[in-house]
Amino acid sequence: MLKNNIKSQFPLLDSPENKNLAFLDNAASTQKHESVLKAMDDFYRGSYANIHRGVYRLAEAATAAYENARVTIAQFINAGEEAEIIFTRNTTNSLNMVASSICQQFAPGDEILLTEIEHHANLVPWQQAAKHYQLKLKFIPVTSEGRLDLSNISDLCNNKTKVVAVSAMSNVLGTITELEPIISAAHKVGAVVVVDAAQAVPHTPIDVKKLDCDFLTFSAHKMFGPSGIGVLYGKRSLLEALEPFEFGGGMISEVTWNSSTWADIPEKFEAGTPPIAEAVGLAKAAEFIQSVGWDNFLSHEAELTNYGLTELTKISGLHLFGPSDAKNRGPVFAFTLDGVHPHDLASVLDENNIAVRSGHHCAMPLHRKFELLATTRASCTIYNTKEDIDRLVEGIKKAQKLFC
Amino acid sequence: MDLYQQNILDYYKHPRKSGEVAGATHHCKTSNPLCGDNVELWLKLDGNKIVKAGWQGEGCVLSQAASDMLSEYLEGKTILEIKNIDKNVLLKMVGVELGPNRLKCALLPLDALREAIK
Ligand SMILES: Cc1ncc(COP(=O)(O)O)c(C=O)c1O
Repeated sequence: MLKNNIKSQFPLLDSPENKNLAFLDNAASTQKHESVLKAMDDFYRGSYANIHRGVYRLAEAATAAYENARVTIAQFINAGEEAEIIFTRNTTNSLNMVASSICQQFAPGDEILLTEIEHHANLVPWQQAAKHYQLKLKFIPVTSEGRLDLSNISDLCNNKTKVVAVSAMSNVLGTITELEPIISAAHKVGAVVVVDAAQAVPHTPIDVKKLDCDFLTFSAHKMFGPSGIGVLYGKRSLLEALEPFEFGGGMISEVTWNSSTWADIPEKFEAGTPPIAEAVGLAKAAEFIQSVGWDNFLSHEAELTNYGLTELTKISGLHLFGPSDAKNRGPVFAFTLDGVHPHDLASVLDENNIAVRSGHHCAMPLHRKFELLATTRASCTIYNTKEDIDRLVEGIKKAQKLFC
Repeated sequence: MDLYQQNILDYYKHPRKSGEVAGATHHCKTSNPLCGDNVELWLKLDGNKIVKAGWQGEGCVLSQAASDMLSEYLEGKTILEIKNIDKNVLLKMVGVELGPNRLKCALLPLDALREAIK
């Protein structure tokens, strides 16, 4: 466990109104670190202007801040160069960009391989592209205990497979995907690998060079940064081959009345005024994670995972959705409770100042596969403590008393 | 204020009007795709008058208790009286302040009613 109380570095959690809040909805979005808020505030107060092309000093300062953020993020995931980092609105936006552009290159009957754990963000854009280009979707199955079943990977990945799009961590089951065998199977047949790292990025270090994935996406808001900005990483050669997704200012090289040519990457994919202050905030968030250090992140979260699994599975009538062993698993706990509907549980927990989420968590097919309509999900991050989990357990018991 | 007043819990645990109505003349099933809750409502009319109402469903305390309260309220009313029923009639029966997300739960049976008598 971390010795220093990191919660106090998060102004919302440290405020008098929220002193007693057990915030356990971090898989949906995290609270913002003090340094992120300060950097964005300073930027707006001191160096704000639109970026690029302005020759006055403020415009140059703003451009430098935005481009420095790109450098920080490139280092954060170990990209080959900063031009491989595209700033988007969020993970969903990044995945839509890739899906709608890359599928233009495929022929009817070509296959896209996904997994059964995907968030709707990494499913619906591929469904739409598949409809449009007559492609076929296939899925790596999930086992009854909530892990991906890779035993058939060499059949699923065949010479019809053009894209393998997979989540690096499940936002429901908490499982961390073994990416290496999937990526190597995909590359063996020449398929492009898209990694949805929205959930993984605040839980486990990511090195795109080591992984050798072709695209990777994530959102700032799930890693202590602001909402409104996300990242699309892509290998240079692939980004260069991809058609832009949106058109307008900032993404062109030359424009005539009737046609245009595109700017180089990354600008080619950043039409319009981008989220400038948000990029500054995102870079600070990455720096915050690095300043805590991955060793501390991993050991703190491993303790929360172990403690949560032990304490929750002690509750009679509670059924955990996802593996009950802590191996390759983060502190995300989705579960059902006999006799208590997830909505009612979430409401009772809210009355006790514990924030969790109930529903299908944008993973409807996964819930349906396990014949569940909805689950309650408590998800932890670096600022959570064992006490937060104790409060959760107490709240669950209160709900059982009330309803059962 | 506590969401789970004794009154609501009582309707949830001891529903008065649960179950399909034999010989029902009107019927509808609605669900909330966001949470999967569903309510099926049956009405038996004699002329213009609702002589029997019943429901069945799966879901949270609010949607289920509200379904039972609504069914109880409907019996004895004429179609004319409930044709333009206002959501506040039901919310008053439920009797607790609800945020926008939970409001949908409590109003689910009303959707079923409106469809059934359309
Ligand atoms: C695994 C996963 N992918 C994608 C997303 C979508 O992220 P965003 O809403 O920021 O686009 C989420 C967040 O809910 C997620 O957990």
